[in-house]
Amino acid sequence: MINIDSIERGIVLDHIKAGNSMTVYKLLNLGSLNCSVAIIKNVKSNKTGRKDIIKIDERIDINLDVLGYIDPNITVNIIENGKTVEKRHLQLPKQIVNVVTCKNPRCITSVEQEIDHIFRLADEEKQTYRCIYCEHEHKK
Amino acid sequence: MKHLIDPMDMTVEEIDHILALAIDIMANREKYSEVCKGKKLATLFYEPSTRTRLSFEAAMMELGGNVLGFSSANSSSAAKGESIADTIRTVSCYADIAAIRHPKEGAPLLASMHSSIPIINAGDGGHNHPSQTLTDLLTIKRTKGRLDNLTIGFCGDLKFGRTVHSLIKAMARYENVNFVLISPPELQVPEYLKEDVFIKKNIPYTEVVSMDEVMPQLDILYMTRVQKERFFNEADYIRLKDSYILDLEKLETAKNDLAILHPLPRVNEISVKVDDDPRACYFKQVECGKFARMALIMNLLGLDK
Repeated sequence: MINIDSIERGIVLDHIKAGNSMTVYKLLNLGSLNCSVAIIKNVKSNKTGRKDIIKIDERIDINLDVLGYIDPNITVNIIENGKTVEKRHLQLPKQIVNVVTCKNPRCITSVEQEIDHIFRLADEEKQTYRCIYCEHEHKK
Repeated sequence: MKHLIDPMDMTVEEIDHILALAIDIMANREKYSEVCKGKKLATLFYEPSTRTRLSFEAAMMELGGNVLGFSSANSSSAAKGESIADTIRTVSCYADIAAIRHPKEGAPLLASMHSSIPIINAGDGGHNHPSQTLTDLLTIKRTKGRLDNLTIGFCGDLKFGRTVHSLIKAMARYENVNFVLISPPELQVPEYLKEDVFIKKNIPYTEVVSMDEVMPQLDILYMTRVQKERFFNEADYIRLKDSYILDLEKLETAKNDLAILHPLPRVNEISVKVDDDPRACYFKQVECGKFARMALIMNLLGLDK
């Protein structure tokens, strides 16, 4: 068993699907932080068998839309004075901006520089998103 | 400020209002001859067009307004690499309303996000063509006297046919409309459209490959061209281009009051011999295009009150 220090003030992302922690790390751009960030992989979980956890040793603004898109089952725990003061549960966001890019070569995003790639949730059950410009589907 | 980017941007009531206005313009052209005096329409056509651009320009002129614009990307700053956002910001300073056609899907939506004047989608790649939809609805209304209780067949390129996508979305909002989709498997209506329009709303539709088996059921036959410009691979185009050719023999089993529509241009998918058949409505459709666009321009400029 590896011991990771508990944090005094910061954020713990819990219940990340095992193997997804690096995707979360990259999409939330956690590599650019100056504080300590711990990625704990394959932790035993009563609910899911295995899970990943990320601990961030600072209170930062988390893009909950990005996180909800990656995995709506992730829990965001806000830590103050070493204790969890708030638990945020996520849901699939209605819209995601610049998280995924449109793959349709006929879409205006394929030629126009610097425009936001915006996808809207089309079907919650099937977890499908559509590009707002060309309606091309993006399946999670 | 209102734009027309997708046919669903307008409610059924708004569409009915525009069609009623178009019919009134047809009957009383003099009454509307100065409605747009002092107003300017910009036609920004990044892709070739005959009917759409000329009908927009003729529409604005008949309303007493003026027209400016370009008819190909090469004759605009797009050739120098200017973005759509910058072009539309510029055009917003010179015109009161703009119609934009672009080969890439979503270009008019992008323009509307940066525009301070109403934007009309005059065709974006294989995606949508809502002003053609108003034209098609006006033609159907004038020909059949109604937009409900109809069986409409769409034939040809239903995958990249933007006029088809827009008209399906619009017609699905009227009561008791049956859709018959006639195409080769490679050119079927996109899945997202079937899911959104037919499956989620329980609207009946059938997909067939042969035109002959469904001809007797149809009240309207909407023919389309297999569009060379939408294919990345010319071999695919050549293989599919002659999938359907409508001739007098094929029409033998059709209803006497069938209305044949086509957004034009045609290549060979409707034999010229069909032109003289009273069921051919595609040139009437061209005429309707100007009046539908006159009503649309008035509506978007708030001059129809």
